[in-house]
Amino acid sequence: MALDDIYKEVILDHYKNPRNKRDLPGAEVSCTRNNPLCGDEITVFAHVDDGTVAELTFQGAGCSISQSSASMMTEAAAGRTVDQTLELAGQFRGMMAGEVEPDDDRFGDLVALKGVVKYPIRIKCAVLAWDVLQEALQDTGRATGAQPHAVG
Amino acid sequence: MNTFDVEAVRRDFPILERTFDGKPLVYLDSGATSQKPAQVIEAESAFYRLHNANAHRGIYTLGEEATEAYEGARSRIARFFGVEDASRLVFTRGTTESINLVAYGWGRASLGEGDEILITEMEHHSNIVPWQLVAQATGARLRYIGLTDDGLLDLSNLGELLGDRTKILGVTAMSNALGTITPLKQLVDAAHAVGAIVVVDAAQAAPHMPLDMDGLEADFLAFSGHKMLGPTASGGLLAKRELLDRLQPMFGGGDMIREVFHDHATWNDVPYRFEAGTMQVAQQVGLAAACDYLDALGMEAVRAHEVEITRYAIDRLLEAGAVVYGPKDTDIRGGTVSFWYHDIHPHDLATILNEEGIAVRAGHHCAQLVMRRYGTPATVRASFYVYNTNEEVDLLVASLARAGDIFAS
Ligand SMILES: Cc1ncc(COP(=O)(O)O)c(C=O)c1O
Repeated sequence: MALDDIYKEVILDHYKNPRNKRDLPGAEVSCTRNNPLCGDEITVFAHVDDGTVAELTFQGAGCSISQSSASMMTEAAAGRTVDQTLELAGQFRGMMAGEVEPDDDRFGDLVALKGVVKYPIRIKCAVLAWDVLQEALQDTGRATGAQPHAVG
Repeated sequence: MNTFDVEAVRRDFPILERTFDGKPLVYLDSGATSQKPAQVIEAESAFYRLHNANAHRGIYTLGEEATEAYEGARSRIARFFGVEDASRLVFTRGTTESINLVAYGWGRASLGEGDEILITEMEHHSNIVPWQLVAQATGARLRYIGLTDDGLLDLSNLGELLGDRTKILGVTAMSNALGTITPLKQLVDAAHAVGAIVVVDAAQAAPHMPLDMDGLEADFLAFSGHKMLGPTASGGLLAKRELLDRLQPMFGGGDMIREVFHDHATWNDVPYRFEAGTMQVAQQVGLAAACDYLDALGMEAVRAHEVEITRYAIDRLLEAGAVVYGPKDTDIRGGTVSFWYHDIHPHDLATILNEEGIAVRAGHHCAQLVMRRYGTPATVRASFYVYNTNEEVDLLVASLARAGDIFAS
């Protein structure tokens, strides 16, 4: 059954029990984006401390793919440096383009989203959270001690 | 029961023979675009095989044939809407282009500060955004007729919204998000009483119910051929003749002029002055064949068939626990049924239905004001047409149950 490729248990679990889905008071960076086609919306909040994504949370509403991807992302990225996080975002995109073979170590639960590649129209659902994260982190200057930009 | 033979109709639509992983196509997205019967495909293809040349240009026989086919299509399509004077039909790519033509050629050309444009929250974006552009360019004010909780236009404060300042009323004849059929005649009369002109968006109504342009007394009426069994990029704008005489052209170019000088040009006759450049000749010829097809079925019979299937679909969906948007009374709605099934996101539902060969739309249907009004970012939309059957509704409902199983915790 092809639907098993997309609606894997891990995905449904993250969808029904999202991790780190909450506001983050005092977050140095945040960003909101929506997908104009379907109305899915995701806000990402991050504490960026000394060039490291110390804590990452999200809020949002949307389909199982966009919301589970956001939930998995908060787990996969937290604790990495901004550079590493942006690199992971690039690799995630690569996986969704069918170009990067994911390794479990770096990707964790995110590997489950690989099945979405077979549903081209849903790929943008999976990538939405990462777009938001990238945009949020872009202006942190990546390097240690850079000026984080204000919540807003 | 009506005499409508849906199985005979289905045989006319080659695409219905397609299967996906062995499952027959269940096409429930005619609200987005309809499928095409062989008669339309053949008419368009015959034009290319036998008569193709540019219209209104060639002196040679083939060019004359092309012009005849194009102008013949104009007469045929105008007649579908009860209009005998074919010069009242301007060919366009469809509803969007038609509304933009009125917004540009009438709205921008005649409105100013202190004027008001009244539209409704039920409109497709193509009957909202062009008016926003007009308001920005002219200083006119854009106002909205709201919606009631059960998906109708809220006309309780119409007297306050519609007044001397109102110059244009833009309204859909049938909502593409809710299915609602609006009380057009009442609105047209009210608008005319204050001297406003009425622009009707008939994108959804034209394919699905009898429409009599002059009975309605609409000033402008926009429609899309591709939603009424015709080719993409076919369609047009119907208007009262005297309004076309005053409408400004939107596009300048070949064939819309009479004479060109260094600093100005004079316009060709109505409707050619609105048809700059090479037009969609083969497509309008195809649309004329679509009008033949629909008239042979009879628009009353088409409507009756859709009422029956829509009644069945709404009942089955409600039974299954779906939340259905818009009116439930089929007297005041068409065959476009927006719904949520439990709390499964429309995108997830559409993906699961697709696995069964069922094509539905999931999203905001270019009607974000409607979505916002009812507090949802998106819905699943099943929309029915001449080739749909109650058995297909059964398949839809059975597949919903399957989606329910996947998402059950
Ligand atoms: C009510 C309504 N108005 C306007 C449009 C726009 O039509 P088109 O894309 O053919 O220009 C649509 C099509 O979705 C519609 O449903």
